Amino acid sequence: MYNGSKVLVGLGLFFLIVTVPFWLGFGTEELAPELDLDTPAIAQLADKKCIEPTGVMREEHMQLLEQWRDQAVRMGNRYYEASDGTVYQASLQNTCLDCHSNKSDFCDRCHDYGKVSPDCWTCHLDPEGMEL
Amino acid sequence: MLDKAFKGSPKYWAWIITLLCLIGIGFGCYLMQLNEGLGITGLSRDVSWGLYIAQLTFLVGIAASAVTVVLPYYLHNNKSFGPITIFGEFLAIAAVLMCLLFVIVDLGKPARLFNVVFHPTPNSILFWDMVVLNGYLLLNLIIGWNVLEAERGGVKPAPWVKTLIYISIPWAISIHTVTAFLYAGLPGRGYWLTALMGARFLASAFASGPALLILLIFIIRKYSRDDVGKEGVQKLAVIMTYALAISLFFIGLEFFTAFYSQVPGHMESLMYLFGGLDGYHGLVPFMWAFAVLAVLALVLLLNPATRNQESTLKLACGATFLAMFLEKGLGLVIAGFIPNPMGVVSEYFPTVPEVLITVGIWALGFLVLTVLYKLAVGVKEEVEF
Amino acid sequence: MRINRRKFLKAGGAATLVMGVLPVAQALAEKRQSGEAADVKWGLAVDLRACWEHQQAGCRECMDACHYEHNVPVGQGSKEEIKWIWSAPFKEVFPELEGVWEEDLANSAALALCNHCDNPPCVRVCPTKATFQTKTGITVMDYHRCIGCRYCMAGCPYGARSFNFRDPRPFIDKANPSYPTREKGVVEKCNLCAERLADGLKPLCVDVCPHGVLYFGNLKDPQSEISRVLKDRFSLQRKAELGTRPKVYYLL
Repeated sequence: MYNGSKVLVGLGLFFLIVTVPFWLGFGTEELAPELDLDTPAIAQLADKKCIEPTGVMREEHMQLLEQWRDQAVRMGNRYYEASDGTVYQASLQNTCLDCHSNKSDFCDRCHDYGKVSPDCWTCHLDPEGMEL
Repeated sequence: MLDKAFKGSPKYWAWIITLLCLIGIGFGCYLMQLNEGLGITGLSRDVSWGLYIAQLTFLVGIAASAVTVVLPYYLHNNKSFGPITIFGEFLAIAAVLMCLLFVIVDLGKPARLFNVVFHPTPNSILFWDMVVLNGYLLLNLIIGWNVLEAERGGVKPAPWVKTLIYISIPWAISIHTVTAFLYAGLPGRGYWLTALMGARFLASAFASGPALLILLIFIIRKYSRDDVGKEGVQKLAVIMTYALAISLFFIGLEFFTAFYSQVPGHMESLMYLFGGLDGYHGLVPFMWAFAVLAVLALVLLLNPATRNQESTLKLACGATFLAMFLEKGLGLVIAGFIPNPMGVVSEYFPTVPEVLITVGIWALGFLVLTVLYKLAVGVKEEVEF
Repeated sequence: MRINRRKFLKAGGAATLVMGVLPVAQALAEKRQSGEAADVKWGLAVDLRACWEHQQAGCRECMDACHYEHNVPVGQGSKEEIKWIWSAPFKEVFPELEGVWEEDLANSAALALCNHCDNPPCVRVCPTKATFQTKTGITVMDYHRCIGCRYCMAGCPYGARSFNFRDPRPFIDKANPSYPTREKGVVEKCNLCAERLADGLKPLCVDVCPHGVLYFGNLKDPQSEISRVLKDRFSLQRKAELGTRPKVYYLL
């Protein structure tokens, strides 16, 4: 192979760099986060359930939020009828955060664990960080 | 073919490193802008486009002007343009690339750039500008590369390349027309609201583009064994002479309509540019510099003796390029916003970081241009010797 | 007259085309007329002289309420100021009328806000549909989609659009928890309180005006408050000659 050794060294380096997240995390264990549901608003709920079943919320809340965003902002339809027939205001700030007023112990814990940083909070205010 | 770009004299490398440094400084400033926002520029709620968009406007003209060498060579089979055509096409590539970068650095939310593609909006001229600019970049990349490869192999380019070349001619006109439409269709901006805008843009492009190309060819001659297109340069100078004269005539037409009609919205921007308005005259020296340079260039170009002599032609080219840069790359965009819709003058001056970002993008453009020209010259030398 | 096959086919084709296209065209025309929400077109009117007199006495209720309600930042300086509803001299709100009025009237304070044009240039130029017109004729923005190209600012002939040259949050003293802020890099403007209209409320500026000099309602309903006041009194629109058809009126 022409310049064989150089090519192999380069390939090796490339492989190392690409796989660096695996090496850095090797041997460490990160436990799944415990989400805190202890907020005043939730404590007052007679029937402690979210808008949709927990599994759906856990897996699809981002799609739901995007749907809300488009229907409220673009279609002017500011209400959402859940699968059990209850109607909610389609609003992250006024519906979701009313119950989940503890963003850092609810939203952030899971997002940090999953290493995702949704850019909701550059505009939407969370009750904890209201001082700005 | 790319290997030719990695073999050069110390001077070549010094030039490349200088450009890389300027790009680095510009990039650093851009990171600052990303972090702080466009507040680090001189832009305001009244003058909301400035240096960046002005460069876009000017450089679209440089890109479109490739047609001044492509058209006579491929449509009229004028052989004297043969040796310089590739340089025109490569100049177009570098210029369009700079255009796209200037749009990106002007965005408040560059991460959302692709919304223009995800939510295509045919009623927006900016959408069409994106389409024609990217199309033109692609066309010139394919054409330039294939023509050069063919030259290297000593054969004629494939017939499909010819087809693309014919498409590229009206396409070049379209990029500058669409860019003119960005401005010429806005109801509240009297200075821009003129049907002449597209024609004015093309005329000034066909003056400033060849001016730059002639200067570049002189530089190539100095640094290579390749004695490119003596005859082509002379013909290009004639094209440039006509374009400059027409361009100045068009500006005169704008003056007539504005001042004879006495419609304030049409007069005020011109007054701000050339005499000052409400006590503000930040651009007046630049616009008079434009006027002096343009007249000087026109005199040197109209006179065959000075046009045919290399030293005076160089001077005329420099003056034309600078004059058109001032008129289109500075005055046109800024003065469109002055006075603001409430009739109030709020001036705009670019800040240091803004200028450094602009210089960085120009440096990037010149880097691309240098590499492409190095390839082209290398191939020409290889074929000749 | 002899009809050969070619002629017959031509005539037949033309007839089919007309018959096929007509219903579609008719349907389109009908849809444009009746439309989904063709029955509602919101408009707003300002009683110029009355508003001016109260502003002279220091009234700023509508501006303060709007800016708190929508988390509009205050105090970035005139070059980067964000404006939803603001006060400007009459001669600046109506620059084309300059010279006609006496000096005190020329400098009197007039309210300015987005005109919610019926034919909005900002919507026409936006490359991502981040700015769009709702079914009820309001020009609103989707801040999630704006790329910050500022073409709409060049397009707007009223200076009604503002750009966030930097993070607006440090310039918000007291935040309204039920409304978002904007972020660095997007354009913003008055939304005619689309969020309140959805709940059947009037825009906040109209609701909080202590002197009742702002009128609001459905321009398509001849019995609405705004339709009646526009019928009774002479009114101006800003730069009506540009064909933008503003839906904010100034009563004389």
